[in-house]
Amino acid sequence: METFNIFDRLLGENILSALVSVILPLVFLIIYALIAILGELKISAWIQERLGPMRTGPYGILQPLAEVIKLIQKEDIVPAGANRLLFNLAPFVIFAGSFAGFAVIPFTAAFVPAEINIGLFYVFAVGAFAVIGIVMGGWASNNKYSLLGAMRSASQMISYEIPGALVILSAAVLANSLDMQKISALQSGPFWNWFLFGGPGDWSKIWILPFTLLLSLIYMISSFAETNRTPFDIPEGESELVAGYHTEYSGMKFAMFFFAEYSNMFIVAAILTVIFLGGWNSPFGEFMNGFWWGLFWFILKAMFIVFIQIWLRWTLPRVRVDQLMYLGWKILLPFSLVCFIVISLYRIIY
Amino acid sequence: MKEYFKNVWTWFYTILIGMKVTLKHLFASKVTIQYPDERYPIPPIARNRLQLDPDLCNGCLQCSRICPVQCITVETLKVVPDDPERPMMGDGTPRKIWVPRYDIDFAKCCYCGLCTTVCPTEAIKHTTDFEYSSYTRDGLIYHFSAMTPEKVEEKKKLLAEWNAKQKALKEAAAKASSGVDKKES
Repeated sequence: METFNIFDRLLGENILSALVSVILPLVFLIIYALIAILGELKISAWIQERLGPMRTGPYGILQPLAEVIKLIQKEDIVPAGANRLLFNLAPFVIFAGSFAGFAVIPFTAAFVPAEINIGLFYVFAVGAFAVIGIVMGGWASNNKYSLLGAMRSASQMISYEIPGALVILSAAVLANSLDMQKISALQSGPFWNWFLFGGPGDWSKIWILPFTLLLSLIYMISSFAETNRTPFDIPEGESELVAGYHTEYSGMKFAMFFFAEYSNMFIVAAILTVIFLGGWNSPFGEFMNGFWWGLFWFILKAMFIVFIQIWLRWTLPRVRVDQLMYLGWKILLPFSLVCFIVISLYRIIY
Repeated sequence: MKEYFKNVWTWFYTILIGMKVTLKHLFASKVTIQYPDERYPIPPIARNRLQLDPDLCNGCLQCSRICPVQCITVETLKVVPDDPERPMMGDGTPRKIWVPRYDIDFAKCCYCGLCTTVCPTEAIKHTTDFEYSSYTRDGLIYHFSAMTPEKVEEKKKLLAEWNAKQKALKEAAAKASSGVDKKES
């Protein structure tokens, strides 16, 4: 399927189409965040055999809205010893970093806010912004727990970014491109053309099939670490660090951190969807394939990954710092390196 | 090396087992009872709010005496024998004592149930009602007496009259007997 930006065609390549392309992902992000918060509340409740919120609206579906209203009402507190500038800047840096990732997410064949040819590299680069924001917020709070959380976040990043980067590198080698739209377009056809199952090609791809499966798993694990969610929520660690780097934040600034976390969840899910689950392609080849179906499939796949993130959060306890280091350096890194070498060899031979 | 791969596999495999367990619970039937709409059935012997049947209470004060926190306040009045009303107890026997005041302060009550065990007529009992919270502490003081203030006044007057009459009778008898004594001596 050919790829283009539908707004450039509708409105012409001018400032208006650019504005729409920017605002649309933000609107999507807000709606998605509300749904994801509700999903988090409901899934966590159901896993614990509770009902979850039931009073706000039918079956409690308006609960996230109520929580947003509550957060807006709250007093904005800046601690006396805090560095005001950095303290106020940090939540916006985090949110800007995660929202910048949306620039290259191909929602459908006909819509990607910014079609740049190094999309995969870009999204990985701006993803690291979150850590700057976390360290900024943790340090500026003038609180030992915040600082500890921020330091842990920085050390955690080093251990997960490298296997994550190797996975992305392998995907780039497989697809011969860093362009998210091109990678998605490559995997068109039935679901066995997805890179999860070795990508498009003849039966020779059976040699790399276990390695691509392994790579998607590795990316999944490192993406959990990237979003600071429960198996790897060491920077937040409620029982150890109060709330980690956002201990001192309240009201809207805390909401920004919260929002950025959910936004990050979607970004890593979207990357996983694009590089391994065929992006906006229908799993049934030409059946149910097209512009709107592409949107549907992309969001469905990404939301499924988000669901797995929530599911895993309510399954696993937090790992210790040294366990995360062991996982990152001694398990994920060698495994991803081996996969990368095998896939590179495969690309050379075939 | 073999140990390493075994460990990695074990970690991965055990996470899958954990996820299977949580998935099972995700679709299991939920245990939440949405309280004001649905209620957990309360056993009939539950010790919740006390309820007095003023018809049965004979004013023996045993409940007030046994109460470990002194939350029961009872005042009693004797029933005069020539009461025109001829009051009856709930069980059909003639009433001997009026109970003009029977207050229980539920802010103090510890729900031990001792008052119900000592009550000879089973007038005081626990109910299954537990939703009687109040905005003030005075709202938790329950007045169980069935007598109106007018009736209490009336009965007090009757008793005072009867007492006066008895006193007069006694004095007259004493005078008479002292006169007899004098004569005899």
